Amino acid sequence: VSATRFIGLAFAASMLASLGLLVAYVFEIGSAQLQGVLLAIALGGAGAGIVGWAVGFLHEPAEIEESHDLASEPGERKAALTALDLGEITRRRFLVRMLGAAGALLAAALAVPALSLGPMPGRALFETGWRKGVRLVDADGQPVRVDALVEQSVRTVFPEGDVGRPDSQTMLIRLRPSELHLDGERSGWAPEGNVAYSKVCTHAGCPVGLYRAEDRVLICPCHQSTFDVTRGAVPVFGPAARPLPQLPLEVDADGYLVAAGSFEAPVGPSFWNLTHEADSSGGGD
Amino acid sequence: MLRWIDERLGMASWARTGLRKVFPDHWSFLLGEVALFCLVILVLTGVFLTLFYVPDAQVITYQGSYDPLVGQEVSRAYGSVLDLSFDIKAGLVMRQTHHWAALVFVAAITLHILRIFFTGAFRKPREINWLVGIGLLTLALAMGITGYSLPDDLLSGTGLRVIYSVVISVPFIGPYLAFLVFGGEFPTVTIISRLFVFHVMLLPALLIGGVLTHLGILWRQKHTQFRVPGATEHNVVGRPFWPSQVFKSTGLMFLTAAVMALMGGLVQVNPVWSYGPFNATTVSAPAQPDWYVGWLDGSLRLFPPFEFTLLGVTLPTVFIPGVVIPGIAFTTMALWPFIEPRLTGDRAAHQILDRPYDNPLRTAIGVAGLLVFVVLTIAGGNDVIALVFNVPVEFMTELLRIAFFVVPILGFAVTYRICRELQSRTDRPDSRRPVVLVRGANGGYEEAVDD
Repeated sequence: VSATRFIGLAFAASMLASLGLLVAYVFEIGSAQLQGVLLAIALGGAGAGIVGWAVGFLHEPAEIEESHDLASEPGERKAALTALDLGEITRRRFLVRMLGAAGALLAAALAVPALSLGPMPGRALFETGWRKGVRLVDADGQPVRVDALVEQSVRTVFPEGDVGRPDSQTMLIRLRPSELHLDGERSGWAPEGNVAYSKVCTHAGCPVGLYRAEDRVLICPCHQSTFDVTRGAVPVFGPAARPLPQLPLEVDADGYLVAAGSFEAPVGPSFWNLTHEADSSGGGD
Repeated sequence: MLRWIDERLGMASWARTGLRKVFPDHWSFLLGEVALFCLVILVLTGVFLTLFYVPDAQVITYQGSYDPLVGQEVSRAYGSVLDLSFDIKAGLVMRQTHHWAALVFVAAITLHILRIFFTGAFRKPREINWLVGIGLLTLALAMGITGYSLPDDLLSGTGLRVIYSVVISVPFIGPYLAFLVFGGEFPTVTIISRLFVFHVMLLPALLIGGVLTHLGILWRQKHTQFRVPGATEHNVVGRPFWPSQVFKSTGLMFLTAAVMALMGGLVQVNPVWSYGPFNATTVSAPAQPDWYVGWLDGSLRLFPPFEFTLLGVTLPTVFIPGVVIPGIAFTTMALWPFIEPRLTGDRAAHQILDRPYDNPLRTAIGVAGLLVFVVLTIAGGNDVIALVFNVPVEFMTELLRIAFFVVPILGFAVTYRICRELQSRTDRPDSRRPVVLVRGANGGYEEAVDD
């Protein structure tokens, strides 16, 4: 095929595809696949034609262009510096400092409105919707009886009135009471083998939604942090370093599960002052 | 017409020298061009998408033509992406072309940087343009991450959540910074509209400004060249800008666009309708980000649970793999043109490129760094690999933790050795002589001795 014919054919294919696109659009025929293929032919034909043109007809001999050192002559450089000079002023250093300080303060003043972008964290990272006496409800808002879950099953629960609240999402797991190894005050937090842990991973905050029943572990699907639910959700594998905070449970007069308090530690990913809560309240684990 | 312009701007002599400017030819010099053309495609398809996308977290009931989600509560942002995908003519092909072009954009930039690195093109006088280039890479990554999060789907929402967790981990300022950026505790309703402003306004302005600076400096400093016949440290051997380079580059632009359109039409990417809308209490598994973020996710997955509290200050476990390691990686990369002269003592200006084996130390360090990236990227998919090969994910993680140290060191040693070997061979004066093998009477082969 001669170069001219190749280039002509390429442009012709491009034109046909462009017309095809127009027809397909106006008459609403074809799918994204057809549009993609036609677009590719329209663009590719043009590209092939232009490249063919270069390869077929533009045979310029190689040229050599001298490349000079970019650095200026020393005299030139000195002249530029002289041109920049502001001349002799008395107390120049003082004025320069004042200019710098004014500029810095102005920049700070102009940056201050950026603080409107977000509230101060305050106690937001230490608080959830859980407090003593709040019922556990499922995603549909239904309260959960102490015997609602069969052994080895799990359910995502929320504080009543706060269904769907991200920082309060909690995994409720029913285990055989004899399997649980909870120390000290925690031993009273699991009525009839119901244990509840924050569903927000202490590593990077993903919902810890996978329960591997044969190992009694909760697994985070994001980075595979693995928590032993029989021992206070201590991390047994993966990058998480803190246990999932446990929610103390008790049973109310009607047989429903309620929180016996709030989480024993801040939920979710760690931050620098997460232990300060314990310092101020004297609580913690 | 030309006279009209020239009488007002006096461009003739500028145009004459500009059009004759010589550019050297090598296939690897096209990688940066492909990145540039991807940017053109991204701007064009992006403008189309911007006219239909709604950056709003307000919840509506989806009533579009994708049956499985009809009647579901979704954000207006997610709903508008579904509309783009199913109800707006040519919307899906535009969306997918945009996403593919973004993936190829970062890939082309990465390969371009590797080419610059391994050939020593960053050496004096091009250190400034290297820094501009690293800035452009950072902006491209930021564009990718902000754009990827806009559909407000379950997968990208998970990515945002991890970013929030990394920001909050910074000692002393983390919680304040995270609340400023996200507008409160994750998840917030404001984040989508903020990402939108960054993705369509601030970052593109910086990116395009940076690209123009990059090209301007290239124009001023002239392109580097390989050691072709006639090439010296004080000239450029190649073809003039007009017409041959302009024709080839324009053709390459159309061909790049053709490939992107073909992939955008035929190869599904980021099917947000199958991930579902974002929901703070669920997550899909396995969850992998776009390819260029995989190494950061892998870094989070591999890092051991190392968290301690000293004097009331906790160092969260994600801080080192999420902030320190990427920080070291980018800082080392950015400062490399200033580090290398200290190692080699070579402070001269260079117009001629190295072949990778000319500088074994640099090449070996580059290979080691690349292997760190590869190992971490693999780690970002450790759950998928475990699934495919039917091994426990714990095993994959332990294996990759070892590989993180062993593979780059091995890679360094092997590369260094190969470079030295190639040097000793090519340093021989007769190295250009073709080696002729002849078949002997007994069926064996040996090197023909022709002199």
